[in-house]
Amino acid sequence: MTLLSFDWAFIIEKLIMIAIIVFASLGIALYTTFGERKVAAILQDRPGPSRAGPFGLLQPLADGLKLISKEEIIPSHANKWLFILGPGLAMTASLMTCAVIPWSTAVDVFGRHVELQVADVNIGLLYVFAVVSMGVYGIMIGGWASNNKFSLMSALRAASQAISYELAMGLALIALLMTTGSLSLKTIVEQQVSGNWWNIVYQPLGFLLFFVAALAECNRTPFDLPEAENELNFGYHQEYSSMKLGFYLFAEYINMIMSSAIMASMYFGGYDLPFFNEASVAPNIAALIGVGTLLIKIVLFIFLFMWIRWTIPRFRYDQLMNLGWKTMIPLALFNLLLTGAVILAKL
Amino acid sequence: MQPLTNKAQAVNRAPMSFWERLYLINIIKGMFITFSHMFKKQPTIRYPEQKREFSHVFRGLHVLNRDEAGRERCTACGLCAVACPAEAITMEAAERQDGEENLYREEKYAAKYEINMLRCIFCGLCEEACPKDAIYLSETFAPANYTRKGFIYGKEDLLIPNPTTEAAAFAAAKGVEA
Repeated sequence: MTLLSFDWAFIIEKLIMIAIIVFASLGIALYTTFGERKVAAILQDRPGPSRAGPFGLLQPLADGLKLISKEEIIPSHANKWLFILGPGLAMTASLMTCAVIPWSTAVDVFGRHVELQVADVNIGLLYVFAVVSMGVYGIMIGGWASNNKFSLMSALRAASQAISYELAMGLALIALLMTTGSLSLKTIVEQQVSGNWWNIVYQPLGFLLFFVAALAECNRTPFDLPEAENELNFGYHQEYSSMKLGFYLFAEYINMIMSSAIMASMYFGGYDLPFFNEASVAPNIAALIGVGTLLIKIVLFIFLFMWIRWTIPRFRYDQLMNLGWKTMIPLALFNLLLTGAVILAKL
Repeated sequence: MQPLTNKAQAVNRAPMSFWERLYLINIIKGMFITFSHMFKKQPTIRYPEQKREFSHVFRGLHVLNRDEAGRERCTACGLCAVACPAEAITMEAAERQDGEENLYREEKYAAKYEINMLRCIFCGLCEEACPKDAIYLSETFAPANYTRKGFIYGKEDLLIPNPTTEAAAFAAAKGVEA
């Protein structure tokens, strides 16, 4: 019986939270695709999708319906198991990231103290890195299993790109960890809420490096070489159709949302609304305001991602590698040294 | 060769400065350019609801004209078919019988009159060739069709509505006088 003596309420609470977060991320991702098209259109003096529903708001549903009802094709030369595993892995990896993001301060539900975070792991950031680097397996396996030259090329590009930029990302992060002294995202956000300044003030170079690396990790323009429509015919998802393709596209948008959430939490105070004292209102309302603040920050980041995508052309492959190895990593190391020197000088 | 305009500029091959090589500032400049486009007027015309005005000299689909009494003007002389550079027009003539004076203006009329809209180049030479003012090009264009056959327009597609019985439709088909 001891094995069954769980805190059932705790498990149910976490399951509900996981369900809400997963479905919310899927919903947001759905509308991020719509936002992408709208933003692209407006930046190019076009109205964008406007036919389905008022202002075209039902467009993502129509797209989803189309993807689901399309014929599912598995190429005869493809490795069937890996071919199916690829999109699933990409999706799982991008959804797993949201487990450690603190959405807001705790709320009281029926007298129960509920933290708005699936898991406050003390190695939260390390976990994020582990999961993000797993995301590239989805692309790698998909590209390999398609048994297609273009897909394989794109998978190779994705893998080398992810490896190159993860280094710079990690180094930029270590500098942040030196100032915060914690790997837990909750602790990092709490420091920014209670302290006066957001981490961006202490780590502007670190944030810039992290942001560029995040663009590369999400395969967003100007680092969208794995997709490269005009060189690789859409790269690793060339052979995919129906909802498997949908999973890949979705995974990309969820990655975007998650990296926005992580950047907002690490450098921009997470759910911290500036010049507002959370203690002055009821805890539940404060939590709601926190969630809204974080969401607004995420939306702003996503807009920035899109804005960059519709401004800058794609890098050439050698430029990508040059930037990653010869610029970003030395800069990240310099940032690390600088941070260390400042911390030492302050002691 | 002498430059024709004063707009030519020599290509700047000077090595990039540090700030240019940094690329970041240029990215931000570019982003402001794209951002400024958010507030520009969109030139889009939402087609089925809004339509672009055609010019008065636009040459679109053909119309076979009627006179004020609603009689067909065409006398099947074949001048339009001769004038047609794309050989899109075919017709068969027939003689007007007694009692058909209210239908056809002349003693001879076109029993069959077909224009292949896939061949037609909308040059308007038929309009110029017609001695009876029976054919002219309107301000609409041929709508899409599923078959090639659907683009061969017969008399029932081309004839203008009868001004005596369907005055409103006639006026609409006639359009604006240029």
